[in-house]
Amino acid sequence: MLKIVVCVKAVPDQSIADKLKIDPVTKSLPRLDIPLVINSLDSHALEAALQLKEKYGAHITILCMGPPPAGNIVRECLALGADKGILLTDPAFAGADAFATAYTLAKAVEKIGPVDVIFCGMASSDGATEWVGPEMAAFLSIPVVTMVREIVKDQGDEWIVNADYEHGYRRVKLKLPAVITVTRDLNQPKSLSFSGILNARSKEIVEWNREKLDIPAERVGLKGSPTYVTEMAHLESRREVEILEGSLEEKVERLVQILSDAGVV
Amino acid sequence: MEEKSATVFVVAEQGEDGIQPVSLQLVGKARQLADKLGSKVGAVLLGQNLTKVAQKLVEVGVDFVFQGDSELLVPYQAELYSEIIVKLMVEHCPDILLIGSTFMGRELAPLVAARLKTGLTAHCIDLVINNEGILEQKIPAYGGMITIVCPKKRPQMATVANGVFPNPVLDSARSGEIIPIDVPKEFPLRVQTLEIVKEKSEGISLESASVIVAGGAGAGDHDGWHQIAELADVLNAGFGSTRPAVDAGWTELETMIGQSGKMVNPEVYIGVGLSGELQHMVGIVGAKIMIAINNDAKAPVFEQVDYGVVEDCRVFVPALVKTLKNNEAYAGKATNVI
Repeated sequence: MLKIVVCVKAVPDQSIADKLKIDPVTKSLPRLDIPLVINSLDSHALEAALQLKEKYGAHITILCMGPPPAGNIVRECLALGADKGILLTDPAFAGADAFATAYTLAKAVEKIGPVDVIFCGMASSDGATEWVGPEMAAFLSIPVVTMVREIVKDQGDEWIVNADYEHGYRRVKLKLPAVITVTRDLNQPKSLSFSGILNARSKEIVEWNREKLDIPAERVGLKGSPTYVTEMAHLESRREVEILEGSLEEKVERLVQILSDAGVV
Repeated sequence: MEEKSATVFVVAEQGEDGIQPVSLQLVGKARQLADKLGSKVGAVLLGQNLTKVAQKLVEVGVDFVFQGDSELLVPYQAELYSEIIVKLMVEHCPDILLIGSTFMGRELAPLVAARLKTGLTAHCIDLVINNEGILEQKIPAYGGMITIVCPKKRPQMATVANGVFPNPVLDSARSGEIIPIDVPKEFPLRVQTLEIVKEKSEGISLESASVIVAGGAGAGDHDGWHQIAELADVLNAGFGSTRPAVDAGWTELETMIGQSGKMVNPEVYIGVGLSGELQHMVGIVGAKIMIAINNDAKAPVFEQVDYGVVEDCRVFVPALVKTLKNNEAYAGKATNVI
């Protein structure tokens, strides 16, 4: 049976996080309790695994690194049909950049044992980096294809996938085990069902910390991160704005005039 | 004998017609950084029939082009490319390695960074050497600018999107050296690019559009989105988007403008129903006139444009489209391409 790992990230709810602004005085972010949600690209990664499970049967492990409340996201994935959840949680993991995150996840995958496919979203919505999937593959010394939009052949140990590329896509053959990072075009994630939520109650979520993974302290979190943030700067506006006045019709007329002056119409 | 080495490296990507523009832009920036450090610029160039491309790299500022010329390198193969680049980096131990945020670069950069055990900053919009000689990598976030450093590991790696840095000036009198490098013949590929398939593009290319209409979450739904699309259509404009619009499923990722999407350079930009998040706004480089339509007078977008319309786009846009359509004189005057 196919053994699949899906990496998911619990990210701050963007609709709230988007309203966060760097404070011009303290040059830091205001402290707010923002609810965690699943990184939306990761739900496409999970859906890819669920579709394989439906077609051929598979065992799906959810792997998530984050603070204890991220366990709710793992539980949600179990309710959607995954079989087991692993939450990597330890205060020592805090401040990890993509490198330290990928390393920690890779160590967890090694601990899980033989795996056929690892699915990740192609990027995270909060950091917008795309490195965790491919860096994890590099640490595990297994191949990776990033930004996969279609799985063309998913049987045997050689798959064929189509991945986004300039002006089109590239068709790629890959040997399992492998990491696949997915785009939104791959599938349409399903929503939670009541029976799924009930089923998830009996499924297992285990928590692994740094010691359990047997990683030295200097390889995780901020200590294990080659990159870090040194400065947050508030940006001042560079343009003088004219807010159009008057009724809707007057604003339309004025805007048409502006576009006409600019040679657009 | 002068050592054939450099401290600032660029991965130069062979494109369809020669070289990817972002690779040349990165060489321009690498030249500045190397001059500041008092060092040389190196380029890794992998592909086939590279003589002209290598010469061009020299003309825009490369001192040493490390060139792997082989049919094995076309199309792009992640494992072979990363193997060659990692080997070269281990040999030269440069301070800085810059890679374009192309589809190839976005896959290759993390593979190389992980193997070199170094840091990698995504989609930078500026790169500066600070007083300690460390590369400050700037990315937009939360309405401001974040500086990221990688002080202890080398090379300091960053990806940069096409259009962030200007195209460098060609100087045919410049000289540099082209150094052939070995391409492993029997390299086992566990992941193999079989072919690159081109798809016909629809609509006006965002990168070359002189007028761009971009829509955001304020569209509200598919109907609202189509209204904005109609405005773009009437103005003969390129139609771009923000991440929330892509997330909502109204449009494709290819249309996203911003730090992790496309960098655009229109004469006129019209942002509709978007708040003005910096991740989006940094994607608009050097627009002469910027216009925003948003119902929230407090939206940050109004601090970043020349003209603001505080109206619900779902009411205003149809009215604007109607007026434009009714006036024959306004029809299709815009040129698509700069």
